[in-house]
Amino acid sequence: MKKKVLTVDDSRTIRNMLLVTLNNAGFETIQAEDGIEGLEVLEDANPDVIVTDINMPRLDGFGFIEGVRKNEKFRAIPILVLTTESDAEKKNRARQAGATGWIVKPFDPTKLIDAIERVTA
Amino acid sequence: MDMNEIKEIFFQECEEQLAELESGLLRLNDGDRDPETVNAVFRAVHSIKGGAGAFGLDDLVSFAHVFETTLDCVRSNKLEPTQEVLKVMLKSADVLADLTNVARDGGSVDQARSAQLIRELEALAKGEAPPAASAAEPAAPKAVAAKPTPVAKAAPVEPVVNEHGFAPVAFSFDDFGGDEDATVNDLPAYDIVFKPKSELYTKGNEATLLLRDLSRLGEMSIHCNMDSLPPLDQMDPEAAYFSWKVSIKTDKGEDAIRSVFEFAEWDCDLEVTALEAGEVSEASSDDLPMQPVPFDLSALDGDLDVPLGVVEEEEQIAAAQEAAVAAAETASNVLQMAGNASRAAASEKSAAAAAATAQNNAQQASSAAAPTIRVDLDRVDRLINLVGELVINQAMLSQSVIENDSNGVSSINMGLEELQQLTREIQDSVMAIRAQPVKPVFQRMARTVREIADITGKSVRLVTEGENTEVDKTVIDKLAEPLTHMIRNAVDHGLEMPEKRLAAGKSAEGTVKLTAKHRSGRIVIELSDDGAGINREKVRQKAIDNDLIAADANLSDEEIDNLIFHAGFSTADKVSDLSGRGVGMDVVKRSIQALGGRINISSKPGHGSVFTMSLPLTLAVLDGMVVTVAGQTLVVPLTAIVETLQPDAAAIHSFGATQRLISIRNSFCPLVDVGRILNFRATQANPVEGVALLVESEGGGQRALMVDAIQGQRQVVIKSLEANYTHVPGIAAATILGDGRVALILDVDAVVSASRGQSLQLESSLAAAG
Repeated sequence: MKKKVLTVDDSRTIRNMLLVTLNNAGFETIQAEDGIEGLEVLEDANPDVIVTDINMPRLDGFGFIEGVRKNEKFRAIPILVLTTESDAEKKNRARQAGATGWIVKPFDPTKLIDAIERVTA
Repeated sequence: MDMNEIKEIFFQECEEQLAELESGLLRLNDGDRDPETVNAVFRAVHSIKGGAGAFGLDDLVSFAHVFETTLDCVRSNKLEPTQEVLKVMLKSADVLADLTNVARDGGSVDQARSAQLIRELEALAKGEAPPAASAAEPAAPKAVAAKPTPVAKAAPVEPVVNEHGFAPVAFSFDDFGGDEDATVNDLPAYDIVFKPKSELYTKGNEATLLLRDLSRLGEMSIHCNMDSLPPLDQMDPEAAYFSWKVSIKTDKGEDAIRSVFEFAEWDCDLEVTALEAGEVSEASSDDLPMQPVPFDLSALDGDLDVPLGVVEEEEQIAAAQEAAVAAAETASNVLQMAGNASRAAASEKSAAAAAATAQNNAQQASSAAAPTIRVDLDRVDRLINLVGELVINQAMLSQSVIENDSNGVSSINMGLEELQQLTREIQDSVMAIRAQPVKPVFQRMARTVREIADITGKSVRLVTEGENTEVDKTVIDKLAEPLTHMIRNAVDHGLEMPEKRLAAGKSAEGTVKLTAKHRSGRIVIELSDDGAGINREKVRQKAIDNDLIAADANLSDEEIDNLIFHAGFSTADKVSDLSGRGVGMDVVKRSIQALGGRINISSKPGHGSVFTMSLPLTLAVLDGMVVTVAGQTLVVPLTAIVETLQPDAAAIHSFGATQRLISIRNSFCPLVDVGRILNFRATQANPVEGVALLVESEGGGQRALMVDAIQGQRQVVIKSLEANYTHVPGIAAATILGDGRVALILDVDAVVSASRGQSLQLESSLAAAG
């Protein structure tokens, strides 16, 4: 069965790149544009893993991760954060919010797939 | 979708982000201190940087990075967004736009300018902030990051393992099996102690997966320590009880081992020891027989009758191995499955944060944009064209039904009326698709103002209003050029130098105001400045010098002001850099007129000038009054008509040889015979036999246009005359009527100006008399 990935990112460019990369790698991809939408689609999407950006309008990545972890059903789902140049401060905050791991931008398809493989069974 | 398409999307997105960036900066400039505004500005730059990084656009990335860093200082309140700071940022936004354009279209950027701005931005990020904050704070997190595994070094794992603790279990997964016979003996060996904390599981990591990853590095044996596992009834499903000891042979190095635990390093105790060559792994030398697994997994599945800790002696080693692996997996599953209790207790803080977030969301929900889709403009245009044909077709159908159904009560007629209604609604909806806010054009003007202000050394503030006013995209696209020129003109010629302004008792900073609003089915764009206003003496003299007017011409102030729209007119004492490269105001006027618009100027000496442009909302349809003139059918745009009246013989007054006036409610208005102006007939028709349309032109007051008869009001689809035939003076466009015939659409302004040629004198003497 295809693994389902929920991606949350406000940038159309990055959304498209994630979509192409993940589809090529054989994942089923569901996309949301910000944290609010991410939480809205979470139940229906029922993903195996989540990839989220940090800087987003309405609800940022930290808030989104906290929201996911509050959901009984998804409290242990792997969540990967997209961060830039391994910003330690942000990485720490994301971890405190409950992120599983991170992917450093600029976006690299191999790194992304590696990280997803690493946190999913 | 391939990378090129995504790149195209990236550039589209850049444009939007740049617009967002600029409008945000301008809001900040106006004193807006909403954190969300700063966030939006930051996000815009951040987003551009993110995408640019993915495409390897290094120039863009490095500039955006510096910009972002400085914006981050503003965001974290380390840098006050003063006017000075914002000035640098607005310029940086311009450079960012340039870099984006270069990345897309090629070409080169002004390297010196971007280097200069990078220096300024860096200075702001460093200099303006309090020294302590700027020097220490950003450095602190980096120092933490530099330490690879603080946990392992700071707190080595207590040897919680007793001598029987580690059951030697060969750990292997079929998928990563590899060649077990490989000569791995010479490879460096490591002992790894891995003890997860419960946080590791709550963050979605799994010990099994980490161990699986580790197994990819080389041949390893693994021992699970389950000593701290309490009896089931005392077990906290949230806690982490297991630890693992792994010995592995790999040539990938210690870093590779540690990087497996990259995501988990804070949430586990990890010890990696490199073994000397020949040194035997502590773990693998442990030849103790397989210990019974003190934990029956089936118990977890609900079969509690099976006594805990009992394992049949005959059980195969293989089974035990399986069980141990399963135990590891199940244990982590158990941990994952656990309830909310410990989480809830642990996070009073996160509950508070959540409340704050929820509140934030509620506030932001109102500003959330409605969902949108992006459609190729060609498709919309095709649809608009088709609907235009539909409107014509429907009109033709109506007409033929009316002709054949004189009593007008048949059900066909009723149905047709509904069809007409629907057609109209479809048309309105389709037009609405093309409607766009004028915002992007207005934002481009902000940049124009900044650049000209820099060149002229004037201090200028651009104020915009009504930038969400919507108008057809074609109108917007064609608006930018004339508007740019007018703005240039307003700053270059309109505004005075700061010293002069101060001397005149004004603030040193000049204001240029750009507003847009809807007024009676048109969009009205006003550009005003608080400069010196038009120097009428100079304009008049120049017009005389250029033979535009007679030396003794008696002109109203308004008429003098409008002289600047004549070809080749420039009031600047010398041709400056700006006006030199610009076009004349006559070109501006022509391009506005080509859009079916009107432009007008009013000026107050010492107080500035106001340019008013009135444009149709769409170039596709118009509401018109269908009239007959000398046997021809013409359409007069309804927006121009103030009222219609049947002239009474007593109200008509002759004036001079050919001029006639009509008195309307005690005021006089020049009467213009449309048939005569358009040369449909040689002599003027008798006004009493026709109908007068009182029209208001943008430039010159009211006129009564004489036509022979009114046929009715109708919405008509505009078909360009220029595109299909050629420009005809006095005619704006053509349309196809219900009966299939072509009718010309009258250019009211052109007709009025043509009539003014004759009645200029007349109006002035009236003004004198009144």
